[in-house]
Amino acid sequence: MYVHADPCYASAMATASPRAISTTPRHAAVVRITHWLTVLAFLALLVTGAEILISHPRFYWGESGNPNMHPLFSLPLPTSRPWVNNGFGTAMPDGNGWGRYLHFEAAWVVALTGLVYVLWGFWRGHFKNKLMPERDERSVGALWRVVTKYLRGGRAGDDEAHSYNALQRATYLVVIFVLFPVVIWTGLAMSPSFTSALPATASLLGGRQSARTLHFVVTLLLVGFFTVHVTMIALAGFWKRTRAMMTGRAAAAKEDA
Amino acid sequence: MSGLSRRKLITGGLAATAGVAGLAVADRLAKAYGLVPPDAGGIFGPGETLTYAAQSLLTAHRPAREFPRSMISKDPFAVPIAPPSDAFKKSQALGFSDWRLTVDGMVARPTAFSLADLKAMPIQSQITEVACEEGWSYVAEWIGTPLSGVLREVGVLPQARYVAYFSVEPDQWDSLDMGEALHPQTYLTMGMNDGELPVAFGGPLRMRVPMQLGYKNLKFIHHITLTDSMKKFGKGLGSVEPEFGYAWFAGI
Repeated sequence: MYVHADPCYASAMATASPRAISTTPRHAAVVRITHWLTVLAFLALLVTGAEILISHPRFYWGESGNPNMHPLFSLPLPTSRPWVNNGFGTAMPDGNGWGRYLHFEAAWVVALTGLVYVLWGFWRGHFKNKLMPERDERSVGALWRVVTKYLRGGRAGDDEAHSYNALQRATYLVVIFVLFPVVIWTGLAMSPSFTSALPATASLLGGRQSARTLHFVVTLLLVGFFTVHVTMIALAGFWKRTRAMMTGRAAAAKEDA
Repeated sequence: MSGLSRRKLITGGLAATAGVAGLAVADRLAKAYGLVPPDAGGIFGPGETLTYAAQSLLTAHRPAREFPRSMISKDPFAVPIAPPSDAFKKSQALGFSDWRLTVDGMVARPTAFSLADLKAMPIQSQITEVACEEGWSYVAEWIGTPLSGVLREVGVLPQARYVAYFSVEPDQWDSLDMGEALHPQTYLTMGMNDGELPVAFGGPLRMRVPMQLGYKNLKFIHHITLTDSMKKFGKGLGSVEPEFGYAWFAGI
């Protein structure tokens, strides 16, 4: 795969045939492995997060909040605990035991996978070369041009099978460097043990309940990203794009061209 | 191409060997330094062990967050308790004057403490938050005597590694490692917000562990025993909670 990066094969590059170029992976092995580990862990976190949520689907701001206090907002869901009946029943099964076990195990996977990916990304210039928007793309106008293209029904063509457009780049950077760090931070800010070592993780957010509410809001943003991401892949050709992320090879049409 | 795949095979093989060896070393070290929780088995074991080991190494000696008096919750919440037994009601009618906390197991001097005995020990208070695994929380002032003082009184034997504690409620028991048991904020609590500890909140005697979530803070404590292994208790998972699927370590 990494033919071009191997000095022993430099001579092969000198006489690069179209075939040799097409074997350059669309996505590096590290990207592919960390991507799918994150997908698995994210889905586990989402399901278990929902499971934990139905034991108390009420949100507060500040340090404290409990069934005796007025919530900031409350979700119209059936619950697994009788003392937080929001009017939709309390018959849900209690899944907080396995839910919390799996939530934290998956959180370790996301955190460690993310650490490997980010360190590798800086080391190999992945963010600089693949994800930083090009100089002429660093404007709201450039992002807007992509949005309007999509809105007019434009699909990502084969020209986009080998690189990301301005909107993709900006979105991926926000997901990697804002949403995931914040969702991990707000999660840790709910841990009495972690906040004993670093009290600022909770106090900077305004308290434990603020952290919990933000954890939920950032989760909604991540679910929003996930939904749009999968939709766009489906529009661009689900198997073509998914295969590129699994095998590393870009669209077959490109190779044949 | 065959050279490349042979090289990949060798590199991959070496990486896998290093990985397995690394895991084996980590496993040895974790066991030697007490970084493996009693409920480390099963598919959630690796995550649970990472969490507990991280806590033991990074946060175990730090104090839980304390709050100013102005932040004490006006509306604290307690999960409704089961109807008290006749024995409990009789004790309550006597103002809990017959309540006894027996401390035994790996100790030099097994002792039964009355509430008056415990109140004669150094009394301290902390304003800390009770956080339930469901998500809700409240801040209260907790008044009691540090568990470490009681353990000093009975003389803990050096081989003891866990402090198991039992509620008068059936099937309510839990345990702490020695680090958490000797933590200065771990109290045998008898008062709350300048008054007696209400029965709804665990009176007359509640284990207060502010480093961990609400469910480690058992109500109605009447028995403590020191042990070198939690394998001897229940299903050997450290507390009754893992028998219902909940983690033994509840610091997160």
